[in-house]
Amino acid sequence: MPQPDNFGFGEEAALLKESAHKFFTEQFATDVLHKMVATDHHPERMSESAWDRALWQQMVDLGWTSLAVPEAAGGLGMPVVAVAGLVEEVGRAAFPCPLLATLNATYVLIACGHGGDAALAQIAAGRTASLAITNNLGSCDAAETDVQCADGTLHGTAWFVQDARKADYLLVGARTGSGLALYWVATDTAGVTVVPDAIVDLTRDQAHVRFDNVHAQELTRDGLTALQQSMPAIWTLLAADITGAAEWQLQATVDYVNTRQQFDHPLGFFQAVKHPLVDVMIQIDQCKSLVYNAACAIDTESARAAEFAHMAKASASDTGAYASGRSVQYHGGIGFTWECFVHLYFKRQKHSQFLWGDAVWHRAQMANILLGNAA
Amino acid sequence: MSECGRQDTLEQAKFRQHCREWLQVNKPGEPPVRLPLSPLEIMTREQLTYLQAWQKAAYDAGLIGCDYPVAVGGRGRSDCQRIANEEMVGARTPFLPNVIGLGMAAPTVFYHGQTALKERLLPRLFSGEDIWCQGFSEPGAGSDLASVQTFAERKGDKWVINGHKVWTSLAHFAEWMIILLRTDRSHKYDGLSYFVVPIRAALGKGVTVRPLIKITGETGFNEVIFEGLEVDDNFRLDELGKGWQVAMTTLLHERGAGELKTPHSGGMKSKATHATNTANLIELARNTVRNGRPAAQDPLLRDRIMQLVIRETGFAQNQRRARVPALQDHPSRLLLQNKLLASEIAQDTAALALEVEGARASLYLGDSNAPAGGQWPMAYMNSYGMTIAAGTSEVQRNILGERVLGLAKSK
Repeated sequence: MPQPDNFGFGEEAALLKESAHKFFTEQFATDVLHKMVATDHHPERMSESAWDRALWQQMVDLGWTSLAVPEAAGGLGMPVVAVAGLVEEVGRAAFPCPLLATLNATYVLIACGHGGDAALAQIAAGRTASLAITNNLGSCDAAETDVQCADGTLHGTAWFVQDARKADYLLVGARTGSGLALYWVATDTAGVTVVPDAIVDLTRDQAHVRFDNVHAQELTRDGLTALQQSMPAIWTLLAADITGAAEWQLQATVDYVNTRQQFDHPLGFFQAVKHPLVDVMIQIDQCKSLVYNAACAIDTESARAAEFAHMAKASASDTGAYASGRSVQYHGGIGFTWECFVHLYFKRQKHSQFLWGDAVWHRAQMANILLGNAA
Repeated sequence: MSECGRQDTLEQAKFRQHCREWLQVNKPGEPPVRLPLSPLEIMTREQLTYLQAWQKAAYDAGLIGCDYPVAVGGRGRSDCQRIANEEMVGARTPFLPNVIGLGMAAPTVFYHGQTALKERLLPRLFSGEDIWCQGFSEPGAGSDLASVQTFAERKGDKWVINGHKVWTSLAHFAEWMIILLRTDRSHKYDGLSYFVVPIRAALGKGVTVRPLIKITGETGFNEVIFEGLEVDDNFRLDELGKGWQVAMTTLLHERGAGELKTPHSGGMKSKATHATNTANLIELARNTVRNGRPAAQDPLLRDRIMQLVIRETGFAQNQRRARVPALQDHPSRLLLQNKLLASEIAQDTAALALEVEGARASLYLGDSNAPAGGQWPMAYMNSYGMTIAAGTSEVQRNILGERVLGLAKSK
């Protein structure tokens, strides 16, 4: 099936994106974010998980957490391209919440077939979830998990679990005698221990999760196939988040260099500042176009979904890194301080850059598709 | 072109069908002479005659100028040039020789010329019978275009032109030139006026065209000297002193950001020509052995090829997103990037192709051992024409920074 020319980004999607933009600009300005999450500057601080639960509840009530859940399971069944528009706005606001983690789990659950139905109904009912499918080296290959399942119980540790302290459920990848299977576990189940990581990013939390003889509900025995189907959506949505955050970085930096005067001119007058900011914009635009192309491919042209999603996340990782570097550099001395807001996005972007595969890894996967596997 | 046609209006769908049927029967056969990479490198009369015949046929069939009113030689259609372009590109027809006429002169004359002038000039421009060239740059006026000094002095209802224009592609074949002239030395911008000038008729009588030779060794562009050429006041576009504003219409269309879509046909990707796209780069990498294995198996080259595929795909998707208002942050943010991105991606693709070729990149067109006929070194050198002409990449970044991001104007 060919892709629609407008990415399938219809009126409903446009309204959703616009209302999300309004929601965050009216209710969650950057100074509010800073006050909430930048409370402890100590470099050896433990991970914080400050978030606005009242605002989150409004998001749940608006149906944003069940957008991707199929209608049959009680959700709204919106296309990925519409969900990407929402996530772009969440990234622009750098809003601390388990939305992305829950959406990620949703796409994996959908790929689990009927095994995922009950869990999807829980997400449709407003519960949150996160993926626990990564080993202690941060491998992109879920088959390398450090979690085993023996006699129906989980043992071992899952690493790099995003927003784990905000999640009600975990979707766990575990090795069985016959491969990788996926499981659904409530975070308050006996034997589950969420150990927060001390991370740089102040807008998300991250943890490793220990499983000690934990009874879990099996979702599918063919976990690798389910992940292969769903990872393109996960890469694409993270790329959308990075795009939105990078746009914030660009606009904040443009505002600053238009205001700050040196040598009798605003900084933006100087081409050493102007031209790289244009390059940031160009990268953001490339990234954004690739995000909606990938999202549309997932919705309508699945044969090319992985190829296009690799492009989107590779582009996003580079864009986030570049926009972050320029935003701090062009804020000058003030940009290097804790009180200036740019560090919040700088840190979120550095986190996102390496999450679910960095640019080099995604380009290597793309090359395997377009050039054949490397010898 | 499987992606084309799904969003067509009824008019567009019928027109697309017409284009397809006509092209099936009338697409020109193999050219009798080797064609250059683009219309700007047309060197011989034989090349021009073949290409002009194609443009005339396409115009007569309604594939060129279709969105212009009938009175000026168009077909009065709405948003159909895009359709004709897609079908011509898809059919791999030869390129249209009158590029400067179609892309720059036509919209400028249309928006700023008097009715009689439009009706006289545009039909022969669309048909390709009259080739056009552009007289903007001068030895002392490049990026700082408004400092042009070629002067038009009033003499009754005539103007007398003296001065020197450079980088004038196609001037050696052109009947007409669009020209930016100084009519008042006391005001930089408001002292400019814009004319159309019949240069071919004045060769040896106030106009001299001399070829300039490019770094590739090709000719195609020229310098044009004006020594007391008299032109009629009827050939002025818009008011006296409004030349800069008129020139903006030209530049907007030259950079692909204008209202009227330029007719173009992409060019036949025949054996003699090599488009600087990543599909050709990948083909080259597969067929080039480096250190005992195909270059396409080298992990570093793979990564760099993928970087270019990402940029090329991103650029194509920008064009698609530019048609979805809900996914844009600023009305001209994407359009104003077109020229910069197209030229820099082409340049970097050609540069990487040379790296893939390695030592064999030294072999040029005349060497029978040259990979791909020596076209990649040629394309790489030519790419600097694209990043310099029509506003250098540096000027493009100023425009984007100032008009889109709202940064302070640089000097």
